[in-house]
Amino acid sequence: MRRALLTLGLLFLWAPVLLLAAYAFSDSRTPFEWGGFSLRWFGALARNERILEAAWLSLRVGMAAASLATLLGLALGWVLARHGPFVGRPVFGALAGAPLVLPEVVTGLALLLLFVGLQALTGWPSQRGAVTVWLAHSALGMAYVAVLVQARLAALDPRLEEAAADLGATSFVTFRTVTLPLIWPSLAAGWLLAFTLSLDDVVVASFVSGPGATTLPVYLFSQLRLGMTPEANALAVVLLGFASLAGAVAWAIRGRAG
Amino acid sequence: MTRGLAWLALLGLVATPLAIVIGMGFGTPDSGVPPVIPPIGRDGWQGSLEAWGLIFEDSFYLDTFLRSLRLASVTAALCLVLGFAMAMGIASAPPGRQPLLLALVLLPFWTGFVLRLTAWVGLLRDNGWINGVLMQLGVIAEPLPLLYSDGALLLGMVHSYLPFAVLPLTAALAKRDLSLEEAAADLGARPATVFATVTLPLAAPAAAAAFLLVFIPAAGEVVIPEMLGAPDSMLIGRAIWGEFFQTRDWPAAAALSTALLALLLVPIALYQRLSVAK
Repeated sequence: MRRALLTLGLLFLWAPVLLLAAYAFSDSRTPFEWGGFSLRWFGALARNERILEAAWLSLRVGMAAASLATLLGLALGWVLARHGPFVGRPVFGALAGAPLVLPEVVTGLALLLLFVGLQALTGWPSQRGAVTVWLAHSALGMAYVAVLVQARLAALDPRLEEAAADLGATSFVTFRTVTLPLIWPSLAAGWLLAFTLSLDDVVVASFVSGPGATTLPVYLFSQLRLGMTPEANALAVVLLGFASLAGAVAWAIRGRAG
Repeated sequence: MTRGLAWLALLGLVATPLAIVIGMGFGTPDSGVPPVIPPIGRDGWQGSLEAWGLIFEDSFYLDTFLRSLRLASVTAALCLVLGFAMAMGIASAPPGRQPLLLALVLLPFWTGFVLRLTAWVGLLRDNGWINGVLMQLGVIAEPLPLLYSDGALLLGMVHSYLPFAVLPLTAALAKRDLSLEEAAADLGARPATVFATVTLPLAAPAAAAAFLLVFIPAAGEVVIPEMLGAPDSMLIGRAIWGEFFQTRDWPAAAALSTALLALLLVPIALYQRLSVAK
């Protein structure tokens, strides 16, 4: 019974994705129509400059945003786990968790208005584009990293750090040689999560981006609401392949980190 | 120093933007760039209540809010029921198999949100896969109008948000103390009774968190209604999007966002309390 329901649920999640992937190999020009086996849409995808450009931008923005989000999320998680009660802590906690739960349309509008306000006051950012998307995605991602880091720090055995300190390590050396190696799986997981969020975001990027900085999801959204081509199916297969690969790598990392 | 950096990130990237949204709701639309006169200028307060007046002017936005909350509730309820069933399945699998099953839940999501929705478009539209199969089987003569309907919208919503429910529920159910259920069974409780009196109460906080984790973002969803929903079925996320991108009425978009935030304040506070309690 339990297994049947689980299978049914997985089938529901996978059915549209599998159909999408299967028709990537169809020769027909009409999406979701079988015209015999062909790889032509993968070729068409490889020659589609606009998709490639958008994908390249998404990749760069995603990696940069994940990195900044990991740095800021580490600071947030550290304060939440280690700084005990301090003045403004409830506000700190609520703000740290806010990006997790705010509707993305509100987040997008809020960050856009921030950039517009900054520009009016300081002249920076002179235009919206990759940099503003990077900052916006970092703001989203840091909250997710913070949750993971906080949980990991809370589960840590405090004696390990105490031992290092007793043996004369400065707090920075203790952090670098004891704490960091122990929490790095949470940082890796957080980086990957922030990267995924950035790579899949339509709404926030639509608000804070400008002309000439179209990320892949924004491009796909603008194209596919008009009607799709089998190139989109081919792209789904490519992304699924990358994801499986990344999943396998993450699996290996997890296995090594215990 | 760490705390300084953390405060800087929170105030700069979270608190200030939200404060600006709330303030901008009192701005005045303008034809310049940016298309708005802020509520506070060189000569002090110059704000207006125009945008808020617009919201309360007629029942259009009230209906929009109600429709959004209804869609979010139904989506969250369906995700909770289906997610609970799946989480039970995963949590009762052998521990070695559980990561693989979780990966199977998450992997379809890596095709990307937009592409996943186009899969539904391909399945549901008039000359789509489902209508094609049904017509070839002779079940129907004319294609059914499946796409751009409330049903298609709900399908897309549940499909997109289901993992948000499965993950916290699986985490909670996998950690639960099985001896409690065994004790109940040993004392003669039937499986249905064990489930209703032991398993369900134990999982209640996680279930509430899962419901809210779907409900809150679903209330402001933009992309799924845009791609699958009926064009005339106005939702608050789409209304904010439209005021900003089409009408270019920034104060109205900001006032609607503030109203949405106010409506979600209780669910958000509840969710944060639940996730801290863990």
